[in-house]
Formats: sequence, structure tokens, C-alpha cells
Amino acid sequence: MSVGIVMLVHTAFDRAEQVVRHWSAAGCPLVIHADKLVPGKAYDAFVQSVADVPDVRFSKRHRCEWGTWGLVAATQSAANLMLEEFPDVRHVYLASGSCLPLRPVQELIDYLAERPNTDFIESATTADVPWTVGGLDQERFVLRFPFSWRKQKFLFDKYVSLQRFVRFKRKIPNGIVPHMGSQWWCLTRQTLSAILQDPEREVYDRYFKKVWIPDESYFQTLARQYSRQIESRSLTLSKFDYQGKPHIFYDDHLQLLRRSDCFVARKIWPFADRLYEAFLTDQASAMKRTEPNPGKIDRIFAKAVDRRLRGRPGLFMQSRFPSEDRENGLTCAPYSVFQGFTDLFDNFESWLTKTSGARVHGHLFAPKRVEFSEQQTVMNGALSDSAEIRDYNPRAFLVNLIWNTRGERQCFQFGPRDNQEIQIDMAKDPNAQISVVSGAWAVPLFRSNRDFSDIRQEAALLQQIESKHLEILRSQWTRARIRIWTMSEFIEAPMEALQTIVDEIGQQNLRGLAEVPKMADLTGFGQFLQNLKNQGMHPYLMGDFPVEHNLHEPQQSKRKPYLVR
Amino acid sequence: MEILRNLLNAYRLRWKRRRFLFRAFCKRNQLKPVADRTAQILDDDILVVSTVRNELIRLPHFLEHYRRLGVNHFLFVDNNSDDGTREYLAKEPDVSLWSTAQSYRLSRFGVDWLTWLQLKYAHGHWCLTLDADEILIYPHHDTRSLKALVNWLDQTGRRSFGTLMLDMYPKGRLNDRLYQPGDDPFEILSWFDGGNYMIRKQPLLQNLWIQGGVRARHFFADQPRRAPTMGKTPLVKWHRRYAYVSSSHSILPRQLNCVYDEAGGERLSGILLHTKFLHTATERSAEEKKRGEHFANSSQYDSYYDSIADNPDLWCDRSTRLIGWRQLEAMGLMSKGNWV
Repeated sequence: MSVGIVMLVHTAFDRAEQVVRHWSAAGCPLVIHADKLVPGKAYDAFVQSVADVPDVRFSKRHRCEWGTWGLVAATQSAANLMLEEFPDVRHVYLASGSCLPLRPVQELIDYLAERPNTDFIESATTADVPWTVGGLDQERFVLRFPFSWRKQKFLFDKYVSLQRFVRFKRKIPNGIVPHMGSQWWCLTRQTLSAILQDPEREVYDRYFKKVWIPDESYFQTLARQYSRQIESRSLTLSKFDYQGKPHIFYDDHLQLLRRSDCFVARKIWPFADRLYEAFLTDQASAMKRTEPNPGKIDRIFAKAVDRRLRGRPGLFMQSRFPSEDRENGLTCAPYSVFQGFTDLFDNFESWLTKTSGARVHGHLFAPKRVEFSEQQTVMNGALSDSAEIRDYNPRAFLVNLIWNTRGERQCFQFGPRDNQEIQIDMAKDPNAQISVVSGAWAVPLFRSNRDFSDIRQEAALLQQIESKHLEILRSQWTRARIRIWTMSEFIEAPMEALQTIVDEIGQQNLRGLAEVPKMADLTGFGQFLQNLKNQGMHPYLMGDFPVEHNLHEPQQSKRKPYLVR
Repeated sequence: MEILRNLLNAYRLRWKRRRFLFRAFCKRNQLKPVADRTAQILDDDILVVSTVRNELIRLPHFLEHYRRLGVNHFLFVDNNSDDGTREYLAKEPDVSLWSTAQSYRLSRFGVDWLTWLQLKYAHGHWCLTLDADEILIYPHHDTRSLKALVNWLDQTGRRSFGTLMLDMYPKGRLNDRLYQPGDDPFEILSWFDGGNYMIRKQPLLQNLWIQGGVRARHFFADQPRRAPTMGKTPLVKWHRRYAYVSSSHSILPRQLNCVYDEAGGERLSGILLHTKFLHTATERSAEEKKRGEHFANSSQYDSYYDSIADNPDLWCDRSTRLIGWRQLEAMGLMSKGNWV
């Protein structure tokens, strides 16, 4: 009879009864505290149901509301009763009605018997711990909290602001250092009685009555005063989410809980039949002497909190719809956009596919249809090639494409002939890598067999669209990775530019560019531009092209392409 | 100014909601009780309310699925079935049934009737508003009952639960494989569109307007605006002053529509698997076209009805095969949030 259990109960009495019998069967005496809010009938029935269990006492009932003093008062009364009634008890274990012993109770008794003077109570100073729900850490010890956080949230917040405003600070009595930690502890008789019988207890109680969530700090602080040996961890496995609410364990956590090797877990869903069945039946008592190992559970729950607070970037769905400025970027993975390259090179797409290993689409935002790679009519995720659907919500189209092809780099062509609605979204997206050869849209016009007046008209339009596009790309809030060359600049040293782009895509290609895309024949392009000028349309985006056709003829390369290693 | 406009909108919506409740009140006499077992409903029971018409083929699986999830009582309105639906439902021990021969469309597609039943019986209960071709799944649904879900929603202070409706379809033409009542429909309807959903936020009601899926891809590729709405909020901790606006896509008061996180996090959400495309869809489509009861301006959907009646093959080589909720969760079609 070395371990006594103090149990706080407020609901699910059938489960509490089961657990009471389980503890008692192993010889542990219990003191039960039932919340004062429990209706008399339910309370009486519960008392009746455990009447036949030996060594069970009921302590004076207090009103227990989360975050208030009631929980501490309840614990105090129950612990007092435990120490008085059961003089053999050496360790007192604080548990709740929804706690479930995971290992045979005898193992816990042995474990504690080996450590007769150790107090197991998580206890850390506010500066050292990140768990601060509601942004109140140190402040919970120096402000007053007369209002309920749950029921009088407005008053609670206002009163906190008021105290901050007037710089109110309470004095902490006797220079104790506030500590916080899990409310589920296991203390030795010596420490516990020292706390409860302290002549200064009046002072401490008065102080902690106005502290916020005192059940997480009262014993945690005072144990530091008296304990000979503190192990700052809780023997109860208890995880809290970002709102400070306990995570709940269900039937499907059975294996996870087994492997944790923890002594007690909370909080168990009252209808988790399999868990209660598995852990409360007599286990083959192959006594393990392993230490509790909650590491795996910790990781799983940390990941869950992360998912709840940060989510998966680039995902838009019915329960995640980040407002425009909240999300860092739009998409989930980097992608490359090429403007003007297909105009300048005849086989750019197939060349890029071969060189980079990425998936290379045509003009995804082309006016007639979405030009997916290899002429596909649907892409991953059953994304349609219908231009109407795409234009109905271009942003959703882009986000979906990148999300659906996670793990495969996407490249596509863009140009002034395409739907421009998406350009701002792309410019703001840090995942976009946009490379532009400005003015290259003139090459197809130059090579076309159309009336010059039509060409002139279209050139004027395309130039206008592209210059607007460049303006957006150069604006201050652009976050995409942007490279812009004028066409004349680009054909001076095309390999250098291509090499940087391909390097940035960053797949394969360790040995430089083995193959070069084939550039269109630009003989006479200078004259073509001059003709446009002569007609009163001034093409400037492509840079300077002299009229003499010999000067920039990349086909008869006068020098070897410059390769970057 | 902004605040003023907001207040004005809130006030207008309040009256809109009252109008809906009043409509429901006026239509109450259209419902004739066939089997009233509502006395069985206990305090914490989870309810299903639904309007049905000729759904005999789906109901056995529907009832089985929701009973397994832990629904305690079903409230059905039978709208003029002639295939034995009424007789079938009247016999079920946990079903209360009303019948009406009035217009489905004029009852706001059955919503007025259901609003009345909810007002009367669902106050304080978690309540699912469903069609007979909607099968709800959510993270961990194979191991955790609806009760676990709603307890958790209660604990985290949520009153509504959002879902994406996922159109399921067979490989091959719709008529190719015949479905037998009681079978698992997803043996046949095992394919879906995995990543072509488009979302907009509705500024007034603040719900997400989700479109996409196979119907948008196949039937509405040239007029995507008309594509059906795929977002629903079917599970609500009901209050007698609540009212759905259009089907269960949006609800008033509008705070209930905020089932999503706007700061980048993910909330817990589920999926309604839609079993519309069983072999009966082709006949039914022809019939619905004739009745003109399913859309406000039905004639604009004639070509949609015609193309379903044509017995199309909806499958494409980028369709995804349904494996289970973990797959849907990983694909980002629903999220377990921090419910692990």
C-alpha cells in the first residue's frame, strides 16, 4: 500500500468506476473528488456503484471550472484526506476519471518503490517553456484573473488590457519563483504534506487564487520549495493541442499507447471500448522495467498541431482557404515559366524536356486550349484542357496543376498571346521562376506569310501586352525569380542564359549542356524591324538589331557557344 | 463605412433567415406523417434528415452506412415516390417518415420541409442533412463513430462541419454494370476526379463556392459557371433558428459557413461520396428533365440531362481510383486537421 490515487471526476462515471476497481484491485487506496456541478442523483449512484470497493473515500466537493482555483482546492482536500486516512501511502498519484493505466499497476508501484524520495512533477519556469495559450505566460502570475476565460471572455480580455495599461503588478509572496507544468503529478508524502501543512499556506493560497490556471502552477511552484528530488516530468501521458485542450485517445490509438510504455494516459474517449478492454483486463505480467517513452506520440501530436496551424502550403480545399496575404506564395512547389523561347527556338520544348528531365508544357494559357505536354487532353488530377474552365478560375488552374504534380518539376510557356489574367499571381509567387526573352513574339510574325498591315497591327498589340507584363515583373512586390533579356541581348550569348535556367531547375545535367536547341533563322530580322518602324510602329522590346543582316547570325556561329560548367 | 455595410448585411441576412423559417412554417401542412417515431429520439442522438424520391435502390446501403457510423434516428420526407420507397422506409424501426406530393422546386428543393422538421425535432442535436446519394466519410471514419467526431467538434467549439462532394463514377458506360440494392456502390463507382476543384469565397454568406469534379469536366467544359456546387456543410449542431439557404451548400447564420481556416492552417473536414452515377442515372436524367424540378431555371440544363441520358463514359486515364480515407486525406481532398 505504497501508492495512493487521488482521482478527480466530473463525467463518464461508468468508466471512472471501472478504473477505480482496476486501481483498487492492485491494492491502491483511492480518494475521489467529484465536481460539485455533478447532479446529486448521478453522484449518489456513483458512490453506490463503488461502495463495495475497499479503501475508497470521497472528499469534500468543490466547483471545478477550467482555469480556476476550484481544481486546486479539490486536489488539496482530496490529498489531505489521503494522507490522513492512509498512513502507509508513500506516493500520491493525481489522476482524473478519464485517465487510463496503460501498464500493470504493480509495475508503477515497483517503479515508485525504487525511487522512494522522488517527486514526479513537471515544473519549469515560464521563461523556459513554449506552452503559453492565450499569450499569457509570466503575466498569469502578476495580474489578477477574477473572470472566467470560458464564460466571460470579454471581461477577461478587457480586464487584462486594463491591468497592462495601468502597469498593475501583483507581488509574488515570499520570493517564490513561479513554475508551470502538467497538472498530473505524483508526489511523495513528505513533499505533499509539507505543502499542505505549510504555516504560510494561507498566504500562498490567497495568491494563487487569483493566478490564471493555478492547477498548472500551484503544486508545480511549491514542490520546488520542499522537494528533495524532483524529476521534472509527468508520469501521465497527456498531450495538449494549441488551444490548451487535451488530445483524446481513441480505439485506433491502441498500438501507439502500448508502445509508449507510459504508466497512465489521458484523456481517453469514454466510448473507446477497445482501449478500456485492452488495458483494464489482467495483462500477462511479464514485468517490464522500461522507462516511459512517449517520443513517438509526441512527434505525431506535434505534427498534428503543425497541420492545424500551418497546413500544407499550396493546398486549397474546403477546410483550408488562406486569404490572399496570409499564405507565403500560392503554389506548393517551384515551377518555371518561359516567355519567348519557343518563338526563338524551333525545338525548345523537346530540348528542355531532354535536358532538364522536367515536364514541359506548351502555352498553358493559350486562348484556344490548354497545351499540356504531349498533347494530352487531361492532366494529373483530371485537370481538363478546356480553356473555358481554365479561364473561369486561372488561379485555381495553376494551383491545382502544381499540387497535382507534386514531385515533378513543371515548366510551361507563356507569352503575350496568352490569357494574361494569371500574370500577377505568378509574379507574386516565390515558387515561380520566370524567364523572359522580350520581343521574341516578333519572330513568328517575321516568319509568317501575312499582310504587312496585319502584322503591324498585331505587333503593336503584342508589344503593348508584353511591356505591361514586364512592368508587373519589375514591380516592387514581385516575389518570383525573374530573368529578363531583350532578344538582342539573348542571342548574343544564348547558351549562357540557357545554362543558368537549366541549372536552376536543378535536375540531372551534371555535365553542362550536351545539346543545343535550334534557333530560328533570323536573316533579315533587322530589316523586318526597320520596316515596322518605317510604318510608324516602333518595336523596342527586342533591343537593337542593326539592319545589315550579317551581324547577328547565330546559325553560322562565328564563335563556339560558351558553356558554363 | 465597412463596419456599417457589414452590419447592414448582417441585418438583411437575419431577415432572410426569418423568411426561410417562416416559409418552413407555412409548408408544415404539406407534410403528412406516415410513420412518426420521433418519441424515440434521445437527448444526445445524432439525426439524419433527408428528402427522397424513388431511392429504393440506394436506401439499404444508405441506412446501413449511417447506422454503422452511429446515426440514431432518420427523418425522411418522401416526395411522391412510386417505387416502394415509402413502404420500405415506413417499416424501418429507426425511421420517421412524412410524405408529400407537393412541388420539390417550390419547397426550395426540399429544404423548406426539412427546415420544418429540423426546427421541430433537431434542436440541440447534431444533425446531418443529406440526399440519399450522399455517403459521408471523414478521417478515421473506419475506427471512430460519428459520436466521436461530434464530441470532438463540441470540445473544440465548432458547430458545423464542412465537406467536399466527390462525384464517383464507373469505368465504362454508366449502364454497363448493374447495381443491386444493399451492395457497396463503390465497387462500381470506384473512380473520381482528384484535383480539378475551383474555389471562390462568397462575400456575403462567406461560404466557399467549390466547383469542379467530373461533372464540370465532362458536362460543363464550355460553361463552367453553371457547373454544380460541390461544397456542402451537412453536419451542424442544430438550433431551431438555423436555416439552410440553398440545399446544404450554405446556411444562416453565416458564421456556420466558416468551416475553413483562412490563416493557412487546415481544419478537420470530410467528404460526401456522391453515388449519382449508378446505372439508374440515365433513366432518371430523362425523367428529371421532363419534371424540371431540380434547378431554378431548368431549361438551361437540358443539354446536361441529355448527355447523362446518353449513357456516357466519364472515365479518363487521369481518373483516380478510390482506396480509402487516408488516400483522400493525402491528396488534400479532406483534412484531419489536428484530430489524430
